[in-house]
Amino acid sequence: MNDWAAQVLQGDRRALARVLTWVENAAAEGRAAWQALFPHAGRAHIVGVTGPPGAGKSTLVAALVQHWRQHHPQQRVAVLAVDPSSPYTGGALLGDRVRLTPRLAQDPAVFFRSMASRGAVGGLAQATEQAVQVLDAAGYNPIFVETVGAGQAEVDIMRLAHTVLVVQAPGLGDDIQAIKAGMLEIAHILVVNKADRPDAQRTRRILEEMLRLGPRRAAAWQPPVLLTVATTGQGVPQVAQAIVAHRQHLQRSGAWQQHEARRLQAALERALRDALWRRWRARVEPGRYDAVLQALARRELTPDQAAAQLLDDAPTLPTPPPRGDAGSP
Amino acid sequence: MTATSRPIRVLIAKPGLDGHDRGAKIVARALRDAGMEVIYTGLRQTPEMIAEAALQEDVDVVGLSILSGAHMTLVPQVLEALRARGLGDVPVIVGGIIPPQDVPKLLALGVYKVYGPGAPTRQIVADIEAVVRGSAQPEGSPA
Repeated sequence: MNDWAAQVLQGDRRALARVLTWVENAAAEGRAAWQALFPHAGRAHIVGVTGPPGAGKSTLVAALVQHWRQHHPQQRVAVLAVDPSSPYTGGALLGDRVRLTPRLAQDPAVFFRSMASRGAVGGLAQATEQAVQVLDAAGYNPIFVETVGAGQAEVDIMRLAHTVLVVQAPGLGDDIQAIKAGMLEIAHILVVNKADRPDAQRTRRILEEMLRLGPRRAAAWQPPVLLTVATTGQGVPQVAQAIVAHRQHLQRSGAWQQHEARRLQAALERALRDALWRRWRARVEPGRYDAVLQALARRELTPDQAAAQLLDDAPTLPTPPPRGDAGSP
Repeated sequence: MTATSRPIRVLIAKPGLDGHDRGAKIVARALRDAGMEVIYTGLRQTPEMIAEAALQEDVDVVGLSILSGAHMTLVPQVLEALRARGLGDVPVIVGGIIPPQDVPKLLALGVYKVYGPGAPTRQIVADIEAVVRGSAQPEGSPA
């Protein structure tokens, strides 16, 4: 067995941190460790936490981790917190650790890792799924995944997490705007945080109303709408109970296995796409690729036609279709 | 992504009890604008919390901001906590209000660089890039 993987499995947190870095960088030196760890993953309950910026996601996650460590002391808990990278510089300010209490920050059974989105859209980084599986193999369960504070394009977290919490706060963007229909549809548990503010009950009623009007779900799970004040811990035990109840529901109904199967199939398809692309790219003649690219730039071909040409390896480029005005160079 | 183009990860932490983090935030933002990933831990961090964060986040550099005057106590504690976790080779930079006579002492302890108020952030960026990309000339003796 790979040395690094063996250390991760024995609970060495420094080795775990290093393997996560390799996974994040898609670094070649981490490949053997990843392969050795992969069979050990697939056990952890993955809990996604999403919602608009300022709703209190980080504080709620910290409160949930604290609750877990108190009430399930035998379980080691991990957090992956994703924050956006700057599209201009690639840099990122990762500030979610600020919400960790001194106790959690030094708890040897808690592992907290910040992750920059590195250009990925959809609320997660490209390597988040792999990082989750490394933490899973290392024995952390549950694993909380906190998304970029987006609010409209959170499909990634639905695919990755077994249970999705959508966190909302009263008065953010007048309720309805801040929580789009897509967010409601992916939520297994809705949390109205900062419930000590006025309008918390109104926000809850609006969400319950939207849930009633939304599409009927096939499964029997009805998403609860729960009120919390994450800074004081109020309502946090109820959220934790809902998380456990949802896991039990998934396991009873068989949805847990379906979710795992779907996720792995998606991973296979992604890997296939990447491998096919690399294989094809290594074989194509550079001059030919550039010629098609230039034809595309002149808009003589659509991207679809350009791809078809390259794949079919057509011997020549077609003559450009006649254009009305002869303004081309 | 190749190994050389990966973003540099830096922990910016404020040990001790002083409640001013403007300087730390300015440096954090400058490093981010230079393309680095900055993990900011907030105020009143104990040396153990800082070392634990450095370990979990697998950072390339640890930056400490100290305005309280307690640097000669706090810095050795952070260095010791890092060493205890096998992180003795992670470069540590210190910024804040540090009297000139303490600077050589901190460097002798193994601190990589010390910055006073008004230190140009581009110098900090350049020093970090040099030490992480492997062309550094550390002033302090290695720990």
